[in-house]
Amino acid sequence: MIPDDLDTIVGTLADRFAGERGALLPLLHAIQAEVGWVPDAAIPLVARALNLSRAEVHGVVTFYHDFRREPAGRHIVKLCLAEACKARGVGAIETALSDRLGLPIDETSEDGRVSFEAVYCLGLCATGPNALVNDKPVSRLDAHKIDRIVAQVSA
Amino acid sequence: MTRAYVSCDMASVALGADDIADALAAAGCEVIRTGARGLFAIEPLVEIETTDGARIAFGPVEPEDVPAILDGTHPNRIGDLATMPFFAKQQRFTFARCGITDPLSMADYTAHDGWKGLAAARALAPQAVVDAVKASGLRGRGGAGFPTGIKWQTVLDATAPEKFIVCNADEGDSGTFADRMLMEGDPYCLLEGMAIAGHAVGASHGYIYVRSEYPFAIRALNAAIERAAPILAPLTVEVRVGAGAYVCGEETALLESIEGKRGQVRAKPPLPAIQGLFGQPTVINNVLSLAAVPFILAEGPERYAEVGFGRSRGTMPVQLAGNVKNGGLFEIGFGITLGELVNAIGGGTESGRPVRAVQVGGPLGAYFPPSMFDTPFDYEAFAAAGGLIGHAGITVFDDSVDMAAMARFAMEFCAIESCGKCTPCRIGSTRGVETIDRIKGAAKREQALEAMPQMRNAKVKHRSVDEEIGVLRDLCETMKFGSLCALGGFTPYPVLSALDHFPEDFGGAPALPQAAE
Ligand SMILES: Cc1cc2nc3c(=O)[nH]c(=O)nc-3n(C[C@H](O)[C@H](O)[C@H](O)COP(=O)(O)O)c2cc1C
Ligand code: SF4
Ligand code: FES
Repeated sequence: MIPDDLDTIVGTLADRFAGERGALLPLLHAIQAEVGWVPDAAIPLVARALNLSRAEVHGVVTFYHDFRREPAGRHIVKLCLAEACKARGVGAIETALSDRLGLPIDETSEDGRVSFEAVYCLGLCATGPNALVNDKPVSRLDAHKIDRIVAQVSA
Repeated sequence: MTRAYVSCDMASVALGADDIADALAAAGCEVIRTGARGLFAIEPLVEIETTDGARIAFGPVEPEDVPAILDGTHPNRIGDLATMPFFAKQQRFTFARCGITDPLSMADYTAHDGWKGLAAARALAPQAVVDAVKASGLRGRGGAGFPTGIKWQTVLDATAPEKFIVCNADEGDSGTFADRMLMEGDPYCLLEGMAIAGHAVGASHGYIYVRSEYPFAIRALNAAIERAAPILAPLTVEVRVGAGAYVCGEETALLESIEGKRGQVRAKPPLPAIQGLFGQPTVINNVLSLAAVPFILAEGPERYAEVGFGRSRGTMPVQLAGNVKNGGLFEIGFGITLGELVNAIGGGTESGRPVRAVQVGGPLGAYFPPSMFDTPFDYEAFAAAGGLIGHAGITVFDDSVDMAAMARFAMEFCAIESCGKCTPCRIGSTRGVETIDRIKGAAKREQALEAMPQMRNAKVKHRSVDEEIGVLRDLCETMKFGSLCALGGFTPYPVLSALDHFPEDFGGAPALPQAAE
């Protein structure tokens, strides 16, 4: 799953941010956008490119929830579990989605098909429960929309 | 050709606005995408322009409703939105354009009073701009309510090779979405505010730190910056994207994050206004604080200050969220009561059940029972009532809520998001979750660890529910007074307010038999 040309990928992306102050987060975002996750093998490459220590890079990768240290599923369903969605009944939606996907929250299916993840607020708090399905926002989740999501991530 | 307006706001899209826009275009309409009007109960919403330029609203609608919309027979015809009570009662200073204009059209922005504040500011000396912001009484809308003019004065007075304007667009609080709506629906307004700030304090570069959960806002801002660059000059602006850390909304953690580090909170002093981003004097303000500034400069600080209550001047874009009928954004002068917002404006719960609690100010805000609904929306009044306004999100819960579960979630969230710098927050939050579990009987009270003498001041018996509640209160005190920032320091607000106002939810577990050991 780690691309053979990780070296080149990191190098090319790092050039894009050369000379920029505070380039580490933008670079890690770019690597994740390209590779899908941030493999441990990328850490020394990033450190070298930005003239940082490996420990600094490792510290940043592990601090932020966004950076994936393992590949995600082909489909990603993110469900908001924050207060305003709780007030609108996300509890039952979580149980239902978890049943239908055959996955507890914050896990990826063994076949690598789908990841089911928690997020804390998408800024859609008047129309919850809310999810992001492959980056597309879906509001007012109900049984019907769960059917659609499950069908969408079945392929 | 019929002209139709459909919102491109993330919430509208999540409700299906894109499909409606496509159906209207297929039916031969000229479709203009706007920001959101702010009332999500009527979304997806379509507004059809009449020959005299008025707009007739229909909502909520589905794509197959398009023919009935176009011939005017659709039953969800609302008519002129401005006359609807939800809109007629508002005082839209900051959100005047949102939902009306095409967010990225420079022509629209200029035609709707855009850039007037910046022109007025540039005709003034920097000190006079700072004085105007002071005179408006504007206080930071990010949560702490610190006077914006005073912050700017400190940065103006600092001498340094370089200064920065940083916009805090991390908006991590559940129940809030005003920053997002403004960035998507009227991005030039924020950029104009930043340019005014740049002129006022002598900054040449600005950063907008946006959370990664807001891809629509990130796209809108990047496009707006590109188009407005010549007007913003000499200020240059760039967007930085967060990476899913709530604590990065705290201003010093945010600065660390822009610098490319872990988002760990810095001890203050030094204040960011004196030693902020890359060690330079930095204005750091919330989106709504900066977006209020163009109005203040264009219309005059008196116009802004004449609205409000006590020391809270101007308007607040209140966000009604959770289980509420008329959820959305409601901009109004300070002083309206919590009850008016929840019941008169919000229309009570969407489920139709009684309101049991509202949380004001996000995950660090207190829960209020309806008996406190006469509290006026004002920084001082909320502090006196044991809460905070925060970013003005109001999350409504009906009577099915379990307040002990909400208190537990507050502790759990703190544990997930703690930056790890101080012990009360890093460790206390986890201990808080465990204590609430024991109170609720979800965890066994007879755990061996809990029975050790050093855990219980040498008592030999397991703690009773009341004693566990005492432990929880103690823990909250320690977090409140021993934490470096408001994440650890304010997590006790939701927990203690739940305990104080809803004690019945904490007494469920039967008392343990004495002989548990
Ligand atoms: C844990 C934590 C999270 C915060 N999150 C935000 C946020 O998302 N947006 C924001 O504007 N301020 C947030 N703040 C407040 C900022 O630290 C700071 O007060 C604000 O950016 C100052 O801008 P203002 O004066 O314009 O409000 C947060 C504070 C804490 C302690
Ligand atoms: S209170 Fe929590 S988030 Fe704030 S500095 Fe301390 S550990 Fe970090
Ligand atoms: S709480 Fe779920 S979107 Fe805000």
